[in-house]
Order: sequence, then C-alpha cells, then structure tokens
Amino acid sequence: MKIAVIVFPGSNCDIDIYEALSSVCGADVDYVSHKQASLAGYDAVMLPGGFSYGDYLRAGAIARFAPVMKAVVKMAHAGQPVFGTCNGFQILTEAGLLPGGLKRNDSQQFICKTVPLEVVNNQTLFTSQYQEHERIALPIAHADGSYYADQATLDELEANHQVVFRYAEENPNGSLRNIAGITNRQGNVLGMMPHPERAVEAILGNTDGRRLFESLLANGSVKVEE
Amino acid sequence: MKQAMTPEEIKEKKPYLDWSLSEDEYNYISEKLLGRLPNYTETGLFSAMWSEHCSYKKSKPVLRLFPNKNARVLQGPGEGAGVVDIDDGQAVVFKAESHNHPTTVEPYQGAATGIGGILRDIFSMGARPVASLDSLHFGELDNNTTRMKVTGTVRGIGDYGNCMGIPTVAGETTFDPCYQGNVLCNAMSVGLMDQKDIQKGKAAGIGNAVMYVGAKTGRDGIHGATFASADFSDENATQRSAVQVGDPFMEKLLLEACLEVITKHPDWLVGIQDMGAAGIVSSSAEMASEGKSGMELDLDLVPQRETGMSAYEIMLSESQERMLLCVNKGHEEDVKKIFDDYDLDAVTIGRITAGHQYVLHHDGQVVCDIPVASLTDDVLEEASEEKKPARITKAEGQPAWRPQITNAEEALRRLLQQSTVADKQCLYQQYDSQVRTCTVVGPGSDAGVIRVRGTKKGLAMTTDGNGRFVYLSPKVGGKIALVEAACNIVAAGAEPLAITDCLNYGDPNDPEIFWELHQSVQGMADACRALDTPVISGNVSLYNENNGHAIHPTPMVGMVGLIKDIDRVVPSFAQHAGDHVYLIGKTADDFAGSELQKMVQGDISGALNDVDLDRIHDNLRHLLSEMQAGHVASAHDLSEGGLGVALSETLFKTDLGMDLDLRDLTAAQLFSETPGRLVVTVPEEQVAVFEKSLGDNAKHIGTVTNTHWLEAHLADAEVNQNVTELQRLWEEALPCQLKSKD
Repeated sequence: MKIAVIVFPGSNCDIDIYEALSSVCGADVDYVSHKQASLAGYDAVMLPGGFSYGDYLRAGAIARFAPVMKAVVKMAHAGQPVFGTCNGFQILTEAGLLPGGLKRNDSQQFICKTVPLEVVNNQTLFTSQYQEHERIALPIAHADGSYYADQATLDELEANHQVVFRYAEENPNGSLRNIAGITNRQGNVLGMMPHPERAVEAILGNTDGRRLFESLLANGSVKVEE
Repeated sequence: MKQAMTPEEIKEKKPYLDWSLSEDEYNYISEKLLGRLPNYTETGLFSAMWSEHCSYKKSKPVLRLFPNKNARVLQGPGEGAGVVDIDDGQAVVFKAESHNHPTTVEPYQGAATGIGGILRDIFSMGARPVASLDSLHFGELDNNTTRMKVTGTVRGIGDYGNCMGIPTVAGETTFDPCYQGNVLCNAMSVGLMDQKDIQKGKAAGIGNAVMYVGAKTGRDGIHGATFASADFSDENATQRSAVQVGDPFMEKLLLEACLEVITKHPDWLVGIQDMGAAGIVSSSAEMASEGKSGMELDLDLVPQRETGMSAYEIMLSESQERMLLCVNKGHEEDVKKIFDDYDLDAVTIGRITAGHQYVLHHDGQVVCDIPVASLTDDVLEEASEEKKPARITKAEGQPAWRPQITNAEEALRRLLQQSTVADKQCLYQQYDSQVRTCTVVGPGSDAGVIRVRGTKKGLAMTTDGNGRFVYLSPKVGGKIALVEAACNIVAAGAEPLAITDCLNYGDPNDPEIFWELHQSVQGMADACRALDTPVISGNVSLYNENNGHAIHPTPMVGMVGLIKDIDRVVPSFAQHAGDHVYLIGKTADDFAGSELQKMVQGDISGALNDVDLDRIHDNLRHLLSEMQAGHVASAHDLSEGGLGVALSETLFKTDLGMDLDLRDLTAAQLFSETPGRLVVTVPEEQVAVFEKSLGDNAKHIGTVTNTHWLEAHLADAEVNQNVTELQRLWEEALPCQLKSKD
C-alpha cells in the first residue's frame, strides 16, 4: 500500500503523520506537493494538520483550491481511503468531501491537551482494530474545532453510523453532539480533529492512535487507475 | 529624493537626540569618523546602529565577564545564535531574545513578533527550530490591564508558534507589581542541525550579490531598536508605530525556503542573516563588517508594500519575515527560483564591492557613503557610573526576617494559590506543545524535553529568572538564576551544556541600576564557570522603566542540557508507592525574596545568603550519574514556595501520597527557598547504591504512599493534607484570577 501525505504551504503536521506511518508502522509513504495534479500510483491519501495558507479567510478554505485537491476528490469518489486530521479535517469539509464545518472553539482559544474519546464506530477501514465504545485518549491542538452541521445532517450522520469518534467526559470545543470525527457516507473518507499521529509511540506517552494507522494498513485498497 | 533636513539643519536642530544619539556621539561621528556632517539618512543609520539594542555600547564591558567557550561550544556570541556540539556531527543551536517594549504597548503583536524574530535567528544559522520557550513577567493579577496583557501576550506567542509548527515545551510566568508598567516577554528558540550546515552572517567576495528575501518592506517598526533603548513614560506609552506586525505563515514559508537553500545548495551561499532590529541597515552592515567588505545597495530595488518610502524609512523599517543573503555571483537566479516556489520575493538589491565603504543609492542619488566600520565597530563604548544602592547596604546590616508560621497547612494552601506558584495550564494549553512529535516532556515540568529523532539522544531545556532575588542581592541573585536553571535541567536527567540569556534591567544611566547589572552579571559568570555552562548567545534589554520606576533587575537564563539515552529521562512526579523520598541539598533560613515573604509581608526585603556553587555542582553531578544509571524514579527542583510546594507538585496528577519525617525542619523552613535543592524518589532496590553515591547530601525524608495524602511531621507542626484538595486550589487559582472583576 502506497500512501501520499499532502504538503500544503503552511502544513506542519506533515512530518508527524509521515513518521507515524513510515518509521512506526513501516508503511510506504511519500510527501506530495500541493502543486501536483495527479495522485496516480497511490492507494491512500493523508491531509495533515497545520495552518494551510495561514488559515487565511477560513481554515481550509484556500487549500481546497490547491491543484492536488482535484486528485484527492477523485480518489475519494473512487472509494479509496482519504484521511484528514485537524486542518486536514477542515479542508475535507471545505472541499465538500465531508458534511458540516468546524467553527472557532467555544473558549475562543487554541487548546492543546489530551482528551478522552469514545470509538463510536469500529466498522470503518480506519477503526477496525478498536473495540466498539472503546475509550481512548488522543491529543487535540486547534482553535477551530467546534463541529457544526444542521439538525437534519446530524441526524443523518448518526443514522448512517458516520460519527466515528465522540468526545467523552468533556467537550473541549463546543462540537455538536460531541462529534470529534466523522466519515462520509461510503466510509472511505475520515476527518477528525484529534491527532492520532501524535499518539503512536510509548516514548511520547501515548499509543492510542497507532491502531488507526494499523487498521488502514491492514484493510488496504486498490490503486487509482488513470 | 530630497532629504528631510540638510546636514546643517541636522547640526542645528539636533533631531538625533530624539533617536537616542547623544550630541557627543554626533560630534564624534562628524569630526572623527566622517570628517563632514552626516546627512539625514546617515544620521538615522548611526542612531539605530549605535543604539544599545544594536551596539551593546553600555553593556559590553559587563558582557565580557561571561565565559563563552568550552570543548562543546562551536559558535559563541556574535552570530544569530550560539551553537553547541551534541556529538554524532549534530549540534543544538539556541538563543533567547527580549521583546519587552513592544509587548508592553501591544501585547499580541509584541509577543508574536518576539517569537518570529528569535526563530529567524535560529534558522539563519542553518538550523531547524524544534522547540520554543518563554519567560514572561507581568504585574499583579489584581487589575484588568494586567489580565489584558497576559491574555494578549499568550495569544500572540500561541498564534505565531502554533502556526509555525514549533512546539512550545517549557517556560515560566511570574507576577510582581514591578512589572506593571513594563512587561517582560523573553522568548527562546532551540534548533537542531548537522554541524556541516553552520552558516554565518557574512558578506564577502567582490561582485557577489546581496539578496533580499521574504516579506515586503513597510513603514512598521521604524526605530524599534531605539524605541527599545529608551525609558517608557506616559507620553510614549502608545508608541505603537514602533511595534511590528507578524505573519507566521510568511515566516513558515521563509523558513522552508531558507533551509532548502542552506542544506541543499551550500555552494550558492556566502552568508545569511535575519533582518531583525534596525532592519536592512543592521543586517547588511554587520554582514559586510564580518566579511571585511564594502557594499553597495540600490534601495529602489527593495520590495516595498508602501509607496513613497524614504531611504531612511526603507533602511530602518523593522517589517517582519525578511532575511538578507549574500549569494555567489551567478547563482542569483537559482536562489530566486527556490523562493519563487514558495511565492516569496528574492531580489538582488546590491553587490559586494572592493574597499570598505557602505554606499546606498535611492531615487538616483547617493544617500549614504560611509565606512562600514563606522556603523558597526567604531561605536563609542560608554563607561558607566556605578553606585551600590543604599537599600542593599542597609539590608545587609539588619537581622534577617524570620517568619512565624502558626498554621503550616494554611500557609501551604495559600502558597499554592499565589499567581507565580499556581498551575499555569490555562496559559500553556494555548500553545501547541506536541507538534513535530518529539516532545517527551511538555510544559508543566522542571524542564521541557524533546528527543532527537533517529538517535537515542534528548535535549532538556528551561528558562529561569527571579527578579526578587537579584533585586535584593544582585550578585547572589545572579548565581541563583544559574543554579535554578541547572537544577531544572538535571531534574530531567540531563547534563547542562550551555546557556543563553536576556538581561532585563532598568535605565543604565542610573548608577545604582548599572551596579545591579554589573554585580548580577558577575554572579552569573561565576556560576557559569562553576557549572561549566558558558554563555553562547543572548541579548540585553535595558531601559525597562515606566515613569521612573525600574523593574527588578531580571536576568533570564535559558539553559539546554543533553540526555544521552532518552529512555532514561526522569519525570518530575512520583511514580510508585513504596519508593523512598530524599531531599538533595541542605535547607537553611532563606526567606529574603521568598514567595512566603511576599505573601506574608506584601513585599520583599533583606539580604540573601551566598550560595556554595561548588557544593551544588558536586551534588548535581552525583545525582545526574545516579539518574543516568536508572536509579532515580522522579526528581523535582525546589523553587518558589520551597519544599512544601515542591512536595505537593510531586504528587499532583498522580494518585499517590507521601509520609514524611521532617522533624529537623520548622514549619517556616518548609517554605524556605534555599537554592540548589531537589526532591527525588528512589525505588527500594536502588536505595543502597543511591545513598552511597549521594552521601550526606541526600537526606532520607520518607516514603511514597498510595493514600493520596501529604503527611509531614515537622519540628513544630503537622501537615496532613488531601492532595486532591491541594491540587484543586493550585489548578483553580490562575483561571479565577484571570477573570475580569469589573
């Protein structure tokens, strides 16, 4: 399985997700520039955290127009795994690959801390190695992480089991229905505010995120044909 | 373009006095250095380059006291940042810088651009910044002005550092009325590099290009350097035009582009330097001076975002996110191509020339033609008068203050809620402390620790400054600043390598303040020698006054230590019930300048007892070898609030307690702040070897329990406190004090 980590101007968790996949999980990973128009040859794509285009206008609002995003959309529609964390999640909602949007945190402040989460759906290709309703803890680090969608969309997300992670115990940012991560209807696009790539090594004090990448690698995918 | 005044008008009207150039200096420049009257642009350049901020003309004689070499130091003071060997061909690069004046008038931008500036110093050396630290000192949290300044400063640091993707891993925040009108905002950055990539701020080779890269130049921050070299008063408290505006996204692009040129194309580059204080003039003149070259620049080529800027404005603008490169002739287009890829300007604005003249063209005219050295090397050092303050002589002759503690438990609870002691999570959680996934120990411990990816090594780092001690006894206080930093580094299991500093003081023209500067630097230098931690970089921030009231002299020490095996990093909190608790270092009656004195008396007074540097160094060395051997479960440095506070902190965020026999200490001594002490916990099976190594420098004081109660038996009191309750008081104090009361 060959994985692309997209680097936008202002991405800064690109190295984290690259290392989590490469040195920790042993996957075949490349950095891919935002200017590249094709993702031919890749089986999955990662949109990293950071501040693409300085969060100008709105987090993720400019990145969705980067040349590489057409190829990302194409992969998503082809059913291949697309994963976005933090700014990556924001880009996925801006690009219309996931419903809803991320607003400024209720506290109006950037928050960096480790928060408890519930794995709501373990039947996705990103979460198959977790138990259903399992409690895990992952770091968050964002200023715009309050998930918002209208009632009908939220009901639909729940009905289709698209809510994959929920904040447990405390809601750190005001997300509706404590939503921390969702998939698209087909389940091949996952966006989440917490950072699983920061929780893959014991030396950093947390390995709860590792199974997300291991699930992805175990479930594999087909290559895009162009 | 016409100059704003003729040379004769300048001589007559003396506008340079407002730019902090003295009449003596002006006359010296005209008569001795140039042999003619300087024009308007030249006068502006002299006033900026001869400011204390750029020239250190006042502090240089004192800075010479610092040791700045040892076997590991690869680059000492004088470049963008200092560089220290960490083996395997790698180096750590670090520096701290103050942004006190900008942060005082405009906390958000002041703090943000403080981070931006120090980061550029690191990557201009060829290193990738991997961690940031801060040292913040505010007035008391009893007024909305301070609350606003705290909020703005923390948001500024967070927004800039978070966007850059550089974790903020440690720091300190203290509160004292002396900082009410003059906040201290010191930022430190730590970078990693391969030794082969070390760069210099140097321009040489006739015909080589001087290239301007990064953001465009505007009118912001003009005369920031001289602004930082004068006192505050109500009249200039709103000098906002002298504050720069930061754009971390631009800086992130600049960082990546510069590192790409430095690491992949070393043959293109002669030198590189940040355009920091005094913008284009300081970077270009310093680079020419370093290369012993002449330089000619055409200011019409400088990328500008405002129209009609004068030569003076272009040269002195402190617009952010800009760098100056000296590029080998023929590679200008190659460099431009890389910066184009990041959508950044890269423009050749001049050339290296034969001779030693610094020549500027603007609008078809030569607006400056002076020797390079006249800007950088000929600055008149100023001898300063010194006088020991009467308050210190008086305090030395008086008996020391002896607190009477009738209720030790109540004193402990109150101390945990003092702003300076209380939990700072509500501040540091606004900083991304984990990005780059190398943070092994984040904020809230003695030192931040990052791993060096691909090796077994780790780096520990801390910032420490305690103005109260330095105010009472400058020399001893200077020593304590180093001891405190070294204890924090060793507490993490690291070997102290070297330091950077920010010397924050009042107006040096006041002989008493200069005496404080001199004495405290002497104390720091003595401790640097005793601990073998040379000063490799730093900055000086004088004139920290408001309406004639100086801050406490507050030298900040930023120290970095090396951990050879990252698996042996030592946490600051207790690990297992049954472990033994030891106090390293003797406890004396050290209450002058303590948090307890401030709390009980409302102010500080007295004289400090001297510290035995050799003994402390010896203790730390033995403790470190025990840690490296894996014999120590946890270690925590004792600072504000003494042993009582340190013991509590060792138990916070655990479910453990302690049962302690402290019958040779009084209740008051539980809060004494004798420097050079640590609390460590040691597993049962390591006790024998640990005790043998530390000897009578480690006193066994009890055991870790699984009750979550802190129980201590003192000579004249009992402490029996639920740790959950103590932790709640400690955690809730600052969020509560930060809430506006109006």
